[in-house]
Amino acid sequence: MNETLTQNGNSSSATESRPVYIIDGARTPFIKARGKPGPFTPVDLAVQCGRSLLLRQPFRASDFDQVILGCVNVISKEMNPARIAALRLGMGVDMPAFTVQINCGSGMQSIDTAYKYIRSGESNLILAGGAEALSHAPLFFGQEAVAWFASLSRGALIDKIKKMFRFNPKYFKPEISLKHGLTDPIVDMNMGQTAEKLAYLFNITREQADQYAVSSHKRLHRAQQENFLANEVEPLFSRYGQLYENDDGVRPDSSLEKLAKLSPAFEPPYGKITAGNSSQITDGASWVILASEEAVKQYKLEPRAAIKDSEWSALDPSIMGLGPVLSSTAIMKRHNLSLDHIDLWEINEAFAAQVLACLKAWNDVEFCKNVLGLEQSMGEMDRDKLNVDGGAISMGHPVGTSGNRIVLHLMNAMHRLDKKQGIATECIGGGQAGAMLIERV
Amino acid sequence: MTINVLQKIEALDFNKSSYKSISEKTHWKILHDNDNVVRLLLDKKDSSTNTLSADVLQELDEILNNIEATLPHALVISSAKSGGFCAGADIKEFKNIDESGMIDILNRGHAVLDRLASLKIPTIAVIHGHCLGGGLELALACDQRIGVKNDLEIGFPEIKLGVHPGLGGTFRLTRLINPVDAMTMMLTGKSVYNGQAKKRGLIDDLVEQRHIENAVQAAISGDLKKHKHSFKSFILNISAARKFASKKMRVLSEKKAPSDHYPAPYALIDLWETFGGSIKKMQAEEVKSFARLLKSDTAQNLIRVFFLHQSLKSAAGNHSSIRHVHVIGAGSMGGDIAGWCAMQGLTVTLSDQKKEPIANAVKNTEKLCLEKHKSEIETRATLDRLIPDLQGKGVCKADLIIEAVPENIEIKQQLYQSIESKMKNGAILATNTSSILIGQLAESLENPARFMGLHFFNPVSKMLIVETIHHTHTSDDVMAQMLSFTRSIGKVPVTVASYPGFLVNRALTPYLLEAITIVEEGIDKKHVDAAAKKFGMPMGPIELADQIGLDVCVHVADMMADSLDKPMVKIPDSVRKKINNGELGKKSGQGFYRWKNGKAEHDGIVEQNLDDQITDRLILPMLDACVECRRKGVVKNIDHLDGAMIFATGFAPFRGGPIHYARARGIDDIVKTLDKFSHQYGDRFSPDPGWKDL
Repeated sequence: MNETLTQNGNSSSATESRPVYIIDGARTPFIKARGKPGPFTPVDLAVQCGRSLLLRQPFRASDFDQVILGCVNVISKEMNPARIAALRLGMGVDMPAFTVQINCGSGMQSIDTAYKYIRSGESNLILAGGAEALSHAPLFFGQEAVAWFASLSRGALIDKIKKMFRFNPKYFKPEISLKHGLTDPIVDMNMGQTAEKLAYLFNITREQADQYAVSSHKRLHRAQQENFLANEVEPLFSRYGQLYENDDGVRPDSSLEKLAKLSPAFEPPYGKITAGNSSQITDGASWVILASEEAVKQYKLEPRAAIKDSEWSALDPSIMGLGPVLSSTAIMKRHNLSLDHIDLWEINEAFAAQVLACLKAWNDVEFCKNVLGLEQSMGEMDRDKLNVDGGAISMGHPVGTSGNRIVLHLMNAMHRLDKKQGIATECIGGGQAGAMLIERV
Repeated sequence: MTINVLQKIEALDFNKSSYKSISEKTHWKILHDNDNVVRLLLDKKDSSTNTLSADVLQELDEILNNIEATLPHALVISSAKSGGFCAGADIKEFKNIDESGMIDILNRGHAVLDRLASLKIPTIAVIHGHCLGGGLELALACDQRIGVKNDLEIGFPEIKLGVHPGLGGTFRLTRLINPVDAMTMMLTGKSVYNGQAKKRGLIDDLVEQRHIENAVQAAISGDLKKHKHSFKSFILNISAARKFASKKMRVLSEKKAPSDHYPAPYALIDLWETFGGSIKKMQAEEVKSFARLLKSDTAQNLIRVFFLHQSLKSAAGNHSSIRHVHVIGAGSMGGDIAGWCAMQGLTVTLSDQKKEPIANAVKNTEKLCLEKHKSEIETRATLDRLIPDLQGKGVCKADLIIEAVPENIEIKQQLYQSIESKMKNGAILATNTSSILIGQLAESLENPARFMGLHFFNPVSKMLIVETIHHTHTSDDVMAQMLSFTRSIGKVPVTVASYPGFLVNRALTPYLLEAITIVEEGIDKKHVDAAAKKFGMPMGPIELADQIGLDVCVHVADMMADSLDKPMVKIPDSVRKKINNGELGKKSGQGFYRWKNGKAEHDGIVEQNLDDQITDRLILPMLDACVECRRKGVVKNIDHLDGAMIFATGFAPFRGGPIHYARARGIDDIVKTLDKFSHQYGDRFSPDPGWKDL
């Protein structure tokens, strides 16, 4: 069955469209936000790994058709970071570039958009990435404070003086945009709370979540030790001479005992979600290069993977973490695949409990029948296929970047482990999810 | 290639003005517009830059004649050259002219500018790019000045030629702006850029190119306010204030340019202090003082240095097609070369086996940008262009590869073998070796024609000279490309043949070793350094050895001792011991001196009565080595030799270079002294056979 699928490509409308390849990709190490802005802005990060990636290509930077970059927290000095990155990478003044934003799916949205441009024949060579510097998420003052500031510049002097006295000290209590960004404005729950809800609904225990987190750290540590990330992670060099070589959030000594000591971060005292079993707040960027058959021939490229399909799904924002089940299942159904057919999985680890809820959903007959419209359960996912080299819990989740990283890493891991096809998928704040099926070339 | 839209649009020239009449003189274009405004465009014939030569002034005088007669509505002076307004006087006219002849020329020039200054109509100078020396004096004679944004540079660099402004600059500038600022500008020769020029009052407005016409109209109609002379400036120009400020200026100048060697700063301070109260007197005295200074040896030698610079530069083409430089080895030299090239706009890949030296190079490049007053955007762009390249991928893409790995012939040859086949067609491979013969390194190459030496000096950001070293098989095209590359990155190339130590180290090493020997004999190191500085060297040889690194000095000296005919002094064991103890000089914090924050600690006072014999023992071996290099054809052109020594070692510029100094002092005297020393101290002093050909 697998064979026929790979020959025919998608069973849907994509059958007649052009193949789309991933040629190469690179990312920065993910650097933990340590309470103050890190040395790199989103574009700095994108430029640093982008220039190393471009350097090793046989074509020129100006040969791309366009640049697409996912970024959620765009900083005010870098509006449309995609275009700024393209210019700073020396890709030429005539390089079109745009930024996409779908929260935690932005880095995959850029790949998907590029995929569709190439599939349809509009483009041949696209640089698609994700960049995020969560440590730069700005402090800002509330609306009331802004209104007060603005009022000071209006009216006669006496009015201004009067207005001065209307100042309320709480105006100066800065609000963290990150906190806002991670809170769903529709259901008024922060992301951690949505994970609490899933943990409750699927009866995931604190211990299971912690156990998952420990394994994430162990796997990433092993990957670093064994040099699995050698061609994927390009070191960062700051202008102050600092060198960042590895994802620095990894805790090789993580253990159940240690994690058990942490208090619930979002719903104390009874909650299950802690800082230890959640993804870390980090800065990082990632790029992949997508090419058509034509570009492959023209530049004599060696494709590493082909994108076979993609899917975006949506559901109630309060259980956003379950989204990957919907989007991945849609792809699997289209291609008549079951969990077993997929050799490797990357499910972005927003929260351990959220990943575990997804697995439990697939393994539940009722859920699979009632929600996914399947005749039976998808079954138990082999954990050895899932996030084989760790994930956002151990390396962090620069939101606009993660979706890009999981596709990149899935491709590299498939080559290392000699696997044929894999799915990368992530849940998206706001109640969405994205998934992408790729095949090793 | 894609279309450069901006360039195409600019070529459309929708803003072309129409004029009632256009007439052309040799160096000036005269445009009459419909509003009876006359525009004078300076367009010096057969030259890419404008200079204010005697004939340019003569023509201006004739034009002013006409303007005085017809009295148009206003007069606007600007430049037709894209590079700038006017680079200053034509320095060629300063050579071989006697004092009274100079006074005549100056008086005629003053008369023209005075005439311009006293015109009864609004006169406006529109200044773009460089506006230096005589060019600034021309602009100062106008009622108002409008600067054009982005690359405006205004200054009086005359002091660097051993003179001060001589066409009215001294009295006009001290009257226009804060006189202490004015004096500082003239004493240091440092230019003022863009916004600073407006802030100081040198220009009345700074506008974008596209707003020049509106600004000119505003100036004509009186809407553009003139820079106002502040009360503070008025006070600073009164006699007592001038006395007080002058005293301070003399002290400061003494540190930078000692009065023994450099008379011009003190003449300028005297001029302002004594005559600053009266425009008429100051003007008359400026002329006399200028002419007096110009005939001094210092000025004539500094003018010579200016021409040496020109001559070295013009040996190179001014177009380089090198866009991507790959530097191998991120040590202090490799890292600094990479940073420098990135700052000059080139794409640079920097490779090293280790990441830390690359990180360090990135940090140093940021510092370099800061030192060079680069804006945040320029700094960021520089750092973006400096690409850490741990896998050496740049080798396949670079137009030029500069190798800066440790000084070991096997390491270098192995490296060449591993990269040569990957290099792009037409790419050039250069080594920054300071001690290995280029020909020897070339032996391992498949294609030695594209291989040569490109020897930068430490610190890269300050040293102007780069030795471009060919071996017998280096192709002429590769040499020519590297000369223009060197020029394009703001350095000055000097072509030398592959010879032990090339030119600069061949000449410098005996000087450094002799200094170490004298110290070994028991003379205080500060005394030795002071003797060299008294001669005019910017830094004493012991301090310089520390700065270069004692290990590097000894390595170069050992190599030279092995390969030169002339005997070298034995390196004292105490120095080798120092090196073994890790006392390497500046880089380790301890050498002969203790180094703190990049500066040698000078404690104690040096006695003043320095012994000339020490100076000769230091300087003459250097001159002798230069003569040897000349005799052996290491450098073809004697002027290039003098220039290289000045720009690479700081060899007392006011002495005009080693060979020039030797000739001025007398070849016989030098040979006699060397002979005497060779009996006294050994064969290393025996005069080179080449002396008799000088």
